[in-house]
Amino acid sequence: MKGPLVRRVSTIAVAGISTAALAFTLTACGESSTESGGGSGQGVGLAFDVGGRDDHSFNESAARGLDKAEKELGVKSKMMTAKNGETEAEREQRLSSLAEKGYNPVIGVGFNYAKSLEKVAKDFPKTNFAIVDSVVPGANVDSITFGEHEGSYLAGVAAALKSKTGKVGFIGGVDNELIKKFQAGFEQGAKEANSKVEVTSEYLGSTDKGFNDPAAAKDKAKGMLDRGIDVIYTAAGLSGNGSIEAVAGQKDAWAIGVDSDQYQQPGLEKYKDHILTSVVKNVDVAVFDMIKSVKDGKPLTGQHPYLLKDGGVSLATSGGFIDDIKAKIEEAKKNIVDGKVKVKSTV
Amino acid sequence: MKKFDKNKVILGIAAPLLAIVAAMVITSVIIAATGKDPFHAYQVMIEFGSKADSQVWIINKATPYYLSALAVAIGFRMNLFNIGVDGQYRIAAFFAAAVGGALALPGIIQIPVIIIVAMLVGALWAGIAGLLKTTRGVSEVISTIMLNAIGASVIAYFLKDGRLAVKEGNLVHTTYLPDSAHFFEIPTTPKPIYGFVIVAVLAGIAYWFVLGRTRFGFDLRTVGQSESAAHASGVSVKRMVITAMLLSGAMAGLVGMPTLLGVSYNYGTDFPAGIGFTGIAIALLGRNHPIGMVAGALLWGFLDRTSTQLEFEGYAQEIVGVIQGVIVLCVVVAYELVRRYGLKMQQRKVGEELAAQARKSEKAEVSA
Repeated sequence: MKGPLVRRVSTIAVAGISTAALAFTLTACGESSTESGGGSGQGVGLAFDVGGRDDHSFNESAARGLDKAEKELGVKSKMMTAKNGETEAEREQRLSSLAEKGYNPVIGVGFNYAKSLEKVAKDFPKTNFAIVDSVVPGANVDSITFGEHEGSYLAGVAAALKSKTGKVGFIGGVDNELIKKFQAGFEQGAKEANSKVEVTSEYLGSTDKGFNDPAAAKDKAKGMLDRGIDVIYTAAGLSGNGSIEAVAGQKDAWAIGVDSDQYQQPGLEKYKDHILTSVVKNVDVAVFDMIKSVKDGKPLTGQHPYLLKDGGVSLATSGGFIDDIKAKIEEAKKNIVDGKVKVKSTV
Repeated sequence: MKKFDKNKVILGIAAPLLAIVAAMVITSVIIAATGKDPFHAYQVMIEFGSKADSQVWIINKATPYYLSALAVAIGFRMNLFNIGVDGQYRIAAFFAAAVGGALALPGIIQIPVIIIVAMLVGALWAGIAGLLKTTRGVSEVISTIMLNAIGASVIAYFLKDGRLAVKEGNLVHTTYLPDSAHFFEIPTTPKPIYGFVIVAVLAGIAYWFVLGRTRFGFDLRTVGQSESAAHASGVSVKRMVITAMLLSGAMAGLVGMPTLLGVSYNYGTDFPAGIGFTGIAIALLGRNHPIGMVAGALLWGFLDRTSTQLEFEGYAQEIVGVIQGVIVLCVVVAYELVRRYGLKMQQRKVGEELAAQARKSEKAEVSA
């Protein structure tokens, strides 16, 4: 340990410096950052969930909508990304900074923004807000939700028909209500396509780290493969990359992607021969609709569910791996659209 | 009283100064390497960070950081590395939220009940590690980090609709605390400061007093410096280990309270995680000193606050994370360098004094 004298004096010094720092912060009182901010017509402010724009999945789908809007509508934009283990204060700050700087609309990608967006939308009544995957009250908020359970039902059908071992698996990123929608649809679809199929569902965790932890997803997928499961559907944002990688390591095993058409992702090109299909959540369509509506001066507000019948969710066919069972999938889809099959949204 | 020594003052100021300068140089190089102007970044940070609403934000953010640092520091002072603060505060906040949501008492009883439950649960969770260490010799580093994972699983088990939680959209959380359990706020413009900052200050004073001014604190620090010496002077090391872990855990129990009683009013899947690890960095930064840690917590809050602003200016969002890491490294290195230099100076001085004494006695012998 340090000599007692040295320690005493160094603590005095630290105390002095910190007091000076405090004094400095206190003297700067008065002006608020909102007062000096301002301006409008900055373009679109997009706040991503954890994982960021390049997660090859959920966020990237939203980013595609924005890219399209930039190209076709000529709007400018600012994108920001959430960190793991954030507090409400950080999310609120992100959204309100975007609104303050004059970005309009401000879009929160992911249900994590639900509470903060509700608050910030109240503080900035003239700005239009949108939230993906959640329903938030407010006259200036567009709540975008999807029929994940319906898309997942089709994935379940495909998995059951493609499995050779009769065992299929589901990996969820975070054990919450939204991801349970995927699980419920997948299980129902698999069972209704083939009642003998065995479905195993597991989760990576209960915090949002589950969406940002490819290593954990890889381990989970390996465990499933070892147990003879040969089709694995992963709904876990960025983590899904890990599970796809594990599946690609085994011959005759299939991965089912989520949110974006993961067969088309350049980052996943190495594994694409194992990507059976993807449950595409057309976040890009919804995001583009929202941006366009603001640009046209008729901003969308209220609840907007994007279901299977609206093309809000769909099953990707790129790669042609499910062409042989196309008829059965179309039939299942028609049954849902016609209301003959009701897909459960809870497990 | 010891005499005021100019050398010591210079040495004392040298450490934090060296650390800050080194951290700034390194981060400037990193920012420059990404092709951006580092000085503009500092200007943006200082301008934005000193705005009135930023100050409120920083203080609110620093409050749980500070409590977490105190919890870690209690362990540090006796050479216990409690990395389990993260699990302790979360499990404490969870059960406190569950109890608080189930009761509807007047605020004057309700709030203390919630806080006490949190401190008890935190102490209990940390106490397990203490018990394992004293009875089975399990290193607290291993046991506390394992308990973090177990704690997370326990919370995940109970945090289900129908168990101890309710569903609200995609979020699952414990039932809301009644209005009576809302902690008071200090009205500042444009946004209020959470009243829990006062509890944090009191906790800091208690930490300073108990560790620095009582027999117990002396024993605790003695155990930290030398277990055998403490044992020889009649201090029960085992009892000190358990007590320190209990205190550290109880302090950790407070970490979640500013959020629970002032912001979220429930414990949900979106409850902030990771503050326990931030606490380790701040305790290191503040050298376990009650005021040093205040500075550390505020600095951390300041960096958190300004990271979003840097993103607007086109800097990478991760740059702030890099700055935080560099600061901790620099502080550790700088203090060690200055400590060694100080030790050398002390040794030289003692050597000179001894030599002078020897000369004097020689002279005395000659003259006799």
